[in-house]
Amino acid sequence: MLELSGVTTGYGRTMVVHDVDLTVPDGALTAVLGHNGAGKTTLLRAVLGLLPVRGGTVRLAGEDVTALAPHKRVRRGIAYVPQGQQSFGQLSARENLQVVADAHGRAGRRRTDEALDLFPALRELLGRQAGLLSGGQRQQLAIARALVTGPRLLVLDEPVEGIQPNVVTEIYDAISTLTAAGSLSVLLVEQHIGYAVEHAAEFAVLTSGRVAHRGQGGGEGASADARKALAL
Amino acid sequence: MDIIAQLFAGLSLGSVLLLAALGLSLTFGQMGVINMAHGEFMMAGAYTAFVVQGVVGDAGVSLLLALPLGFVVGGLLGLLLEATLIHRMYRRPLDTLLVTWGVALVLQQVARDVFGAPNVDVRAPAWLSGAVQIGGLALPRTRLFILTLAIVCVVALALALRATPLGRRIRAVVQNRDLAEASGISSRATDRVTFFIGSGLAGVAGVALTLLGSIGPTLGTNYIVDAFLVVVAGGIGQIKGTVIAATALGLMQSFFEYSTTASVAKVLVFVTIVAFLQLRPQGLVSVRTRSLA
Repeated sequence: MLELSGVTTGYGRTMVVHDVDLTVPDGALTAVLGHNGAGKTTLLRAVLGLLPVRGGTVRLAGEDVTALAPHKRVRRGIAYVPQGQQSFGQLSARENLQVVADAHGRAGRRRTDEALDLFPALRELLGRQAGLLSGGQRQQLAIARALVTGPRLLVLDEPVEGIQPNVVTEIYDAISTLTAAGSLSVLLVEQHIGYAVEHAAEFAVLTSGRVAHRGQGGGEGASADARKALAL
Repeated sequence: MDIIAQLFAGLSLGSVLLLAALGLSLTFGQMGVINMAHGEFMMAGAYTAFVVQGVVGDAGVSLLLALPLGFVVGGLLGLLLEATLIHRMYRRPLDTLLVTWGVALVLQQVARDVFGAPNVDVRAPAWLSGAVQIGGLALPRTRLFILTLAIVCVVALALALRATPLGRRIRAVVQNRDLAEASGISSRATDRVTFFIGSGLAGVAGVALTLLGSIGPTLGTNYIVDAFLVVVAGGIGQIKGTVIAATALGLMQSFFEYSTTASVAKVLVFVTIVAFLQLRPQGLVSVRTRSLA
């Protein structure tokens, strides 16, 4: 679904991510692990087109999207849940979903309903200003908003960071439900190895902007393997 | 009765300020662009009314035609400015200020070349001449018309922003550009439309100003500073704040003028705003959120 080859990117003249190769197979979850400052978020921003790629290519389902604007990549099937439970804070929760659904007509409305089925608690909060929701509620809203775009690839940047444990479970359950059908591919960035390594088909460890280690997720030794690569 | 007369004068002045500032509350307040040529878009709207009257003849019909046409002319000028210059410098406010000031000077000179340096008059329609008598008070019909127009524009803009897909898109892009892009919303297209509407409102303000006196190439410069003051004092990006600030500024100017002179009143208004912003730098209306975004 997603193929990064030799991706180099950064801010201005400072390159943060160097020569990264990474693949997310159709219907699979690929995890990128790394400590703070390893370049994980920078890499995701390049995948989305929020940062220009200085070297290498980004291909989505075989199509080279390296030069496409972010909103065009979204229309081709990439959805992004950025770090930090971001929402359109002054819009209501309902408007946060509507503004995305507007662009997708009837399909957008149907997907809004489906996304709310995934997080039923959000239905009670639709009239609330998004900026006044709790961190966990905002993150659920962010995932729902991403799903309204009708993605083939869901890109999640530390989706449970700073979120209370019971909501963490809900969010991970939702991700599992989404991937279980096999039609959605997921690129998951995490600092913590638990869920990511357990559920990923493959994982990569990023150190100083380079892939320092690759491993297979799910198996018995996977956690130990990832732990060692992260020098934990 | 004097107080009521001053109150009306203040509200009337406030409505003119509001018309001038409403477009800015979008382009400056929402998008953060310091567009010094906003006043010249008003001037363009005013000359649109002049040209339309020259073509149509009838003052009433031409006014009603000039309002939407002024919107389109102002909007197109804004669109052109955004597409050619401003979009290259969204993160460089000082450059934007200087460049748009240059554009303002160019537009003034263009107006001078096309229409001549002396001021010109646009006739008010017969149904707007004279005054409405209430009690012993004469309320000029033109002033009442501008007051109504300002209210209509505010309501229309507020409704458009609050209840239409376009409005949602504008608010989303303004609040978090990257998140909007990453949600499939084209921020470039949205910027252009926002700038079109904001500049179009300046055009409408310009048409309204033709009812208050003769118009000339420097018409906009008389309003641009006050318009920025209104937006800043009202709270950046808040239409509600813009409405309150415009009304308050109009009333202050009117009441200060009553007991002093126009110039002293202006100074007092400035001093009051500076003092107010020291106490409340975020302006009258600000937004609460739990997150940064």
